[in-house]
Amino acid sequence: MKKYNFSKQHVLNGLLLVSVLLLPFVTDALLGRGWVRIVDFAMLYIMLALGLNIVVGYAGLLDLGYIAFFAVGAYCYALTGSPHLATAFPLLFPDGLHLSFWIVLPLAALLAGGFGVLLGAPTLRLRGDYLAIVTLGFGEIIRIFMNNLNAPVNFTNGPQGISRIDPISVAGVSLNSTQQVMGVTLPSVHLYFYLFLSFAALVVFVSHRLEKSRIGRAWMAIREDEIAASAMGINTRNLKLLAFAMGAMFGGVSGTLFAGFQGFVSPESFSLMESIMVLCMVVLGGMGNIYGVILGGLLLALLPEVLRHSVVPLQQALFGKTLIDPESLRMLLFGVALIVVMLYRPAGLWPSRVRRRELATDEAEPSV
Amino acid sequence: MTPLLQLSGVAKQFGGLSALTDVSLHINAGEIYGLIGPNGAGKTTLFNVITGLYQANGGEFRFNGKRYQTPKPHLLAQAGIARTFQNIRLFANLTALENVLIGRHARTQAGVFGALLRNQATRNEESDSSARARELLRYVGISKPSHTLAKHLSYGEQRRLEIARALATEPLLLALDEPAAGMNATETESLKVLLQDIRSTGVTVMLIEHDVKLIMGLCDRVAVLDYGRKIAEGAPDDVRNNPAVIAAYIGADDEA
Repeated sequence: MKKYNFSKQHVLNGLLLVSVLLLPFVTDALLGRGWVRIVDFAMLYIMLALGLNIVVGYAGLLDLGYIAFFAVGAYCYALTGSPHLATAFPLLFPDGLHLSFWIVLPLAALLAGGFGVLLGAPTLRLRGDYLAIVTLGFGEIIRIFMNNLNAPVNFTNGPQGISRIDPISVAGVSLNSTQQVMGVTLPSVHLYFYLFLSFAALVVFVSHRLEKSRIGRAWMAIREDEIAASAMGINTRNLKLLAFAMGAMFGGVSGTLFAGFQGFVSPESFSLMESIMVLCMVVLGGMGNIYGVILGGLLLALLPEVLRHSVVPLQQALFGKTLIDPESLRMLLFGVALIVVMLYRPAGLWPSRVRRRELATDEAEPSV
Repeated sequence: MTPLLQLSGVAKQFGGLSALTDVSLHINAGEIYGLIGPNGAGKTTLFNVITGLYQANGGEFRFNGKRYQTPKPHLLAQAGIARTFQNIRLFANLTALENVLIGRHARTQAGVFGALLRNQATRNEESDSSARARELLRYVGISKPSHTLAKHLSYGEQRRLEIARALATEPLLLALDEPAAGMNATETESLKVLLQDIRSTGVTVMLIEHDVKLIMGLCDRVAVLDYGRKIAEGAPDDVRNNPAVIAAYIGADDEA
């Protein structure tokens, strides 16, 4: 009887997989190529939100500077995969340093993880509001560093940002080109979509495995009651640092992909507003629940674009002129959405599994 | 035989307030040790010193033959001191089973790589932990399904779940902070049976309790605290008849 259950689940999963794989083609056909690019960005946001979910959702540590790790990853690849270093060190790197993306990626992840520990170490005794303020400061420090490290040695090119970053290539094939695979034409944005999709799948896998492990349970114990957790033999210091490091690594990976995809990074992309956006994805979707966080990430990444493309034509059609700027309407709707969700679904749109599992029977629990 | 836990001359000050002064006591392996005293006598402070939540300002702390300078709660838990809390501190939004599984933390190994690879060792450890946790839930008498959220258990069951979670750490010493608080006579009686059974499995038990009847019927030895000092120690009957204890509880002659 287990078999029937199993196959039904498989059919559903299969359908989901096929629709996700066809997503760029469907989007391209219905909405145009620009939207595929938007979907690509949504994948990056999902990765970010899942990384932050480890820190905020599992370990319960409110982090308002999370985008800093995204910045660390992005700048890692921007510096090592572009001609930029030639301006800072013309003798050492006459053409700049053009390291392969696949070499930079693990290094960037490690560096971001190191920054996570750097942020975590001084904040171990802080919780809630106090932690939020320190992390907020940390996020701003990183951004301001990126903004000002163009003198005396031009490391980051300041507010102008770093451009001409090498595109990512997979097995020698640059993703900045159109490829033909078995008669199907795959433009660059489609190629990037599949790359991001695989990374997002990896991030989901890692989150899922961590959640249902000894480490994940220890994080949740710290979230629920830190004193009781330490009385259970949990080294709260190490596990909090681990949560910061793991979350930061996801952010770093996402940032590296961002730099390769965009070909350009500047401090503007890493403002406090971005940190808040990612936090909202986690909270709105459902803190601690992977699927909720994915939903939140998808919604909040797509919503502004939907507005941008619909508000102006709509107003033109109705009033013959543009009365409200889509950008300000976005913040208005966003604020309203947050208030409504927090009032009616305080645990998020798709809350954590525990509440649903409580309704199931004891036998339904999977034996390991 | 060296005692399991030995405190010598322990003191604890909060600012200018002396909560504990020169407290020395020892708990032998296999006994049930009671700690009583009037309100504000320093029982919970002493309890928190023993479990590492507070650091003593002076004195010596030995557990299981090892001296601890600044004992941290998680190190003591790993060394074999498990505790419950006076005002229940369960992981409220986690299930009963998860609460007990978290108690297994100190006795299991799997790290990040174990979690990601889920190799044979990790799978064995998980299934072993899960089996033990379910067994403990049955043992303390929680009849509700193991996936019930801790906060949805009844008060008595929450108290029992705390004990199950503490037992999951495989303690040498189980320290209970007012385990019978808020329980009715029937619940207290079954708690007494449970504690006696736990002791019979080789776990030393220490408890703070206001229910004098429970203490007298359960403990092998009792210590009495008053104003941060130990004023009496011994078998329950001796302590009950000790004039200093009577004075502390019902007031000295001149005040009465």
